[in-house]
Amino acid sequence: MIKTFKEIALSLENSPSWQQKYREIMLLGKQLPTMPAVLKTSEALVRGCESKVWLYLDFDLEENCLVIIGDSDTRIVKGLLAIILSLYNGLTPEQAIHTDAFTQFNHLGLIQHLSPSRGNGIKAMVERIQTMAEQKN
Amino acid sequence: MFNIEKIRADFPALQQLINGQPLVYLDSAATTQKPRSVISATEQFYARNNANVHRGRHTLSEQATQAYEQARLTVANYFNITASELVWTKGATEAINLVANGLTEQLNDNSTIIISALEHHANIVPWQQLAKRTGAKLLALPLQQNGCFDVQTCVKFIEQHKPSVLAITHASNALGNITDLDPILHAAKRHDAITLVDGAQAALHLQPNLPQLGCDFYVFSAHKMLGPTGLGGLYGRYDRLNSLAVYQTGGEMIETVTLAKTVFRQTPAKFEAGTPNIAAVIAFAAAIDYLTSLSKASVYTHEQIIFNYAAEKLQGIAGVTIYSSLENNIGTLCFNYRDEHPFDIATLLDGYGIAVRSGHHCAQPLMQHLGINGCVRASFALYNNHSDVDLFIAALQNCLELLD
Repeated sequence: MIKTFKEIALSLENSPSWQQKYREIMLLGKQLPTMPAVLKTSEALVRGCESKVWLYLDFDLEENCLVIIGDSDTRIVKGLLAIILSLYNGLTPEQAIHTDAFTQFNHLGLIQHLSPSRGNGIKAMVERIQTMAEQKN
Repeated sequence: MFNIEKIRADFPALQQLINGQPLVYLDSAATTQKPRSVISATEQFYARNNANVHRGRHTLSEQATQAYEQARLTVANYFNITASELVWTKGATEAINLVANGLTEQLNDNSTIIISALEHHANIVPWQQLAKRTGAKLLALPLQQNGCFDVQTCVKFIEQHKPSVLAITHASNALGNITDLDPILHAAKRHDAITLVDGAQAALHLQPNLPQLGCDFYVFSAHKMLGPTGLGGLYGRYDRLNSLAVYQTGGEMIETVTLAKTVFRQTPAKFEAGTPNIAAVIAFAAAIDYLTSLSKASVYTHEQIIFNYAAEKLQGIAGVTIYSSLENNIGTLCFNYRDEHPFDIATLLDGYGIAVRSGHHCAQPLMQHLGINGCVRASFALYNNHSDVDLFIAALQNCLELLD
């Protein structure tokens, strides 16, 4: 069962320690469906220096919504990816444009993971999603 | 007497909390922390002595020039070389590029350049580019599976391929393994090869006597030697150095300029175009003064004690694989835990105030050689103590529990 962003935010806010928070994040990553190997193309690879992140972006014309599949070779980044997906998956382009991952990550106390120095590709991922949303809008 | 607590007190950056925990800085291979004397030398230069060097007859400029050239002498003395054989660059990377570019006209498609799989990208890519420009062949010294060189094999390899250039690291930036340079440099010299040693990691820990080492070129980076960022150096045996073509051209490096023709100055000036990084040079001399005020033997002994203590503790954790050689090491431990990603381990360690690096450490060929994508690197320096190791190991055990 994939959690909604609200559920994720609630469980992170209730974490008694930073260790528990990371445990939650890694669990979210574990629950993320595995990305099929055929989708892990070099185009899907988001540049991150220390970790690999794959992002497959599609658009459902009938439902007018974003379809995002992602994966990472690290547990923490995969968990952060799950949070990003819970924010953007299934949104219309217009809704996605008005969804600010930076503000949300700030609320969750995870903003440091979106800093450019982190080299984990999360920031680049959000930028790819936003670019697609703008193109489809 | 080597007083570790007194030394730690000299490094203001070590006296802070990170994520609410005392900082345990184990990333000195990336950059070292700076003693107060280096920080105040920088401040004093800008607050009082700031002037450009080698020009202007006013008092400040003369004082700045004197301090700047005195600093060159201080650093030259550290390596037991003469000041005219020391060129300032912006880092070790630029120093290697300076040599690789300067050799372009001396190589052709009959030439061979030998490097190794142990190298930092900075000691690979400039030689790849040089090979591309000149048609020279680029070969790598055979490296054993454990990331160490077998000296006999290397010597044979050199004798077989008769290189024009040999570029090799003094100590691996990823593993910390120290290269047994003597036989390798001797073999290269027998074939009159031009030799360059990358001292970015070793220059701090081994305090090398360069004429004794016997290489033609040696490069280093000030910020990995307690000094400021943005400065490095190139030692070159005078005739070899002077035979290199100029790298960058412009002011400072010229004797005379007409619109038709320029006469360059002699080494080292001809490789130092433009206004140099004056403040960094002067602050770097303060770093060298700090280092040489301590006994070389006691610093080395202390570093080895801490390294061995950490290695022993790390070996005691089931599931940890250490890639660094535990003998002949400058104080770097490269490791992984089971199948866990080094990024996850480093991220969790940061929560405990432990600063390590994860990734391929700018040594992708070495990672390929070891059959891994990356690893966690804990690198030690003279200011680390037993408590750093204890905190690191305790935090690591907590992190591994979180991952299990």
